[in-house]
Amino acid sequence: MTASTTTAAVAARGIHKSYGSTRALRGVDLALAPGRCLGLVGRNGAGKSTMVSILSGLQRQDSGEVTFDGEPAPPAGAVHAWRSRIATVHQHSMIVPELTVAENVFLGRLPKRGGRVDWHAVRAQAAAVLGEWGSGVDAGGLCRDLSVEQRQIVELARAVASGTRVLLLDEPTAALEHDAVQRLFRRVRQLVDSGVAVLYISHHLEEVFDICDDVAVLRDGELVLSAPTIALSTDDLVNAMVHGTTTPAPVSAPIAKISIPEVRESSSTVVDLRDLTAASPLGDLNGVSMSVRPGESVGVVGLISSGVVTLGRITAGIQKADEGEVVVAGHALPPGDRASALKAGVGYIPEDRRAAGFVGGLSIAENMTMSVTDQLSAGKFGILGHRTVAEAAKPWAESLALVSSSLKQHVDDLSGGNQQKVTVARALARGPRLLVAITPTRGVDVASKELLLQALRQAAVAGAGVLLTTDELDDLAYCDRVLVMVRGRIVAEVPGGDLDRAALIAAIEGVAA
Amino acid sequence: MNASSGTSETGKPDDESGVPSVTQTREPAATADAEPPPSRRGGLGGIGGSSVALGFLREAALLPVLVVILVVGAVISPVFLTTDNLVSGVGQQVSALGVTVVGESLILLIGGMDLSLEATYGLAPMVAAWLIVPKAAFGSGLMWNPYLGILVLFAIGAVVGLVNGMLIVKARLNGFIVTLGMTVLLAGLQNGVVQGQSPYQLPQAFGFLGTDYLGKVPVSLVVAAVVFIVAGLFLRYHRTGRAIYAIGGNPEAARAAGIRVDRIKIGVYVVGSMLAALGGLIEAGRVSSVTGDQGYQEGIIFTVFAAAVIGGVSLQGGKGTMLGAASGVVLLGLVQNIINLSNAPNYWQLAINGGVILFALALARIVGGESSAEKA
Repeated sequence: MTASTTTAAVAARGIHKSYGSTRALRGVDLALAPGRCLGLVGRNGAGKSTMVSILSGLQRQDSGEVTFDGEPAPPAGAVHAWRSRIATVHQHSMIVPELTVAENVFLGRLPKRGGRVDWHAVRAQAAAVLGEWGSGVDAGGLCRDLSVEQRQIVELARAVASGTRVLLLDEPTAALEHDAVQRLFRRVRQLVDSGVAVLYISHHLEEVFDICDDVAVLRDGELVLSAPTIALSTDDLVNAMVHGTTTPAPVSAPIAKISIPEVRESSSTVVDLRDLTAASPLGDLNGVSMSVRPGESVGVVGLISSGVVTLGRITAGIQKADEGEVVVAGHALPPGDRASALKAGVGYIPEDRRAAGFVGGLSIAENMTMSVTDQLSAGKFGILGHRTVAEAAKPWAESLALVSSSLKQHVDDLSGGNQQKVTVARALARGPRLLVAITPTRGVDVASKELLLQALRQAAVAGAGVLLTTDELDDLAYCDRVLVMVRGRIVAEVPGGDLDRAALIAAIEGVAA
Repeated sequence: MNASSGTSETGKPDDESGVPSVTQTREPAATADAEPPPSRRGGLGGIGGSSVALGFLREAALLPVLVVILVVGAVISPVFLTTDNLVSGVGQQVSALGVTVVGESLILLIGGMDLSLEATYGLAPMVAAWLIVPKAAFGSGLMWNPYLGILVLFAIGAVVGLVNGMLIVKARLNGFIVTLGMTVLLAGLQNGVVQGQSPYQLPQAFGFLGTDYLGKVPVSLVVAAVVFIVAGLFLRYHRTGRAIYAIGGNPEAARAAGIRVDRIKIGVYVVGSMLAALGGLIEAGRVSSVTGDQGYQEGIIFTVFAAAVIGGVSLQGGKGTMLGAASGVVLLGLVQNIINLSNAPNYWQLAINGGVILFALALARIVGGESSAEKA
């Protein structure tokens, strides 16, 4: 960082932090100047999250110092002192849904008068702060009625209302759609222009170029690059994130061949979706019919609210359709019955890894083999030897290049990318004839992303059908066919391969069809 | 970054989970992201590989407490440390409770709870005894075969568990209020059937579980030990047992992995209630009658929950072992025994008991860390 420490709104110097034998941060220097937006990037496990929790006072560094405006940071645990220095908008919403917008804005520090909450001031001040954003969020309404974007606005308003001059945004766009992202950027820019120092953490490099003045790259717990954004290209950033002496892996490192059992399909399709209709908070479906052939990889792309998630969930047997049916290899599946779908040969990679991808308190080996316990214990009265489980999991761990201290390690202790690999192994372990994957690369770093998509590709090469539903164009790289979904209907179909991104985006946004 | 390598993979010969060590599955070095998410799991237990060893340590953590209790007991009463007192006295007393604790622990593991086990523990043996004994001993006079009575006892357990399970899992009612309501219903039936009387003259076939001895060891203790061991092995090595941990740990993930979550949950409620019925059968044998107080009026559910929790079974589900639950039962049994032997004034015993349990809960939390043991 070029800004000198004296003028920095926040400065971290020589920060070290270890978890057991894992050294998460090794002497990181970072300085955040008022009126500048600094992008902090790095692959999963590079130390970003650790840096965020240290800068926001949630954790204490082992050594090194953090200063605000040149003064030492408050002691660990002094929550109010920290909050008055730095406001954080976390990746996961920190909104209390059953409270009003105004209450959420002033959460934990409601203005009081004579020992009682001054509700008039609460509403007036909240409305004033929200008004600046022109967001149309009603200060008196309940937060549970708000959209994801509006909730985020409330979080930003909370940060602003607290009067802090330092704002930490941890992957704020993860849950937002394109337009909402642009609006968020305008708001952040507005804050920066008013002199606030912003630290912006993101997986999306384009965003960093869009909004950040400076960028800092972490790799393996060290700061490997720090420069004004103008002086850099995307390649520079990717190189800094990936290359280096400690991790010589190129971005698209080929994965070891996954030995997926060959699927011999007699019928011409592995799945027929017939006129699926469903009302769902995750996006309605309004009569979707499509099919996937053996060895074919079909991408269904659309906004998250367009019904792509619902389509994946219904096909996997997680959710019931109101009408229509899912026919796998000639047999209609019982609706909403995941276990039957699994037995019929439908593998599933859920959209929210934390919520449904794995059981965090169980081992890697157990999670990877969770879909095949009946096969592993067949003929043994259901007895599941720990050795059997470990041996069944081992090849998956190897071919997916899972990094762990042992297969007994709890999945909770893994990084996001490795957790996703566990989920993928679980889906592939049964040798599915159809693999349903919903936004499989969300929140995953560049290299893991590539590896996961290649794993899906290999499943198709082995003869399985792949149904990939996503809102992320990059996920479609290996698809043979791409269908575009808008408001629960399939509106366009294009062959895979070299995709015309502009045309696709236009179709997804409903601009052209 | 070398995540936590070397913390556990030293190839311990007695590595008790039997999972072979895969030292580094770091294949073509495509990704090297091994940083554990920094938030949760502070301090102890954070680093993956060592969690197995640590789990054992946590379970053993109750051992010093048991030793202290033994010393205190020896000081308070010369009778305490005799085989007679420990095996016959304590052993027989904790068996009925222990079997019920296994039932509750299973239900807790799937992330549920069942307050009505105490009422099943009273009602099931009451109805069975009523069918068996003569009118003069406050029975129905039907004089059923005692074995048939035992069958009825288990059937009652199964039906109660099934109704609880259906209401909670299928109808999605809250488990707390459902089982609380069930408790009152069953306890009412227990007194209604016999009009407040206590059937006695239990035939040998009905009562032997609570009265007989195998050599010097009470049959009840053997039964309880077998139940604990079978449940422990089942949870550890059977695929349904593993599914129970998966469901308790993350029901959505378990479902996505193709585990029949609803079916297993209901099954666990059924088995839990049947174990409570078995516990009631043992207790009835021990006191040679079935009183209207047995179960609900005695308020055993608090002790049942306390034993499970002290033993490290998490109320949030997915965490806990039978070894832990057993140590919780033994601990509370010894404490109860010491209170009895200490000639503590009668009217104060309940208060002492409650205080000691609260103390033990706090202690278990301190020595056991976040929620004590679970070895995956």
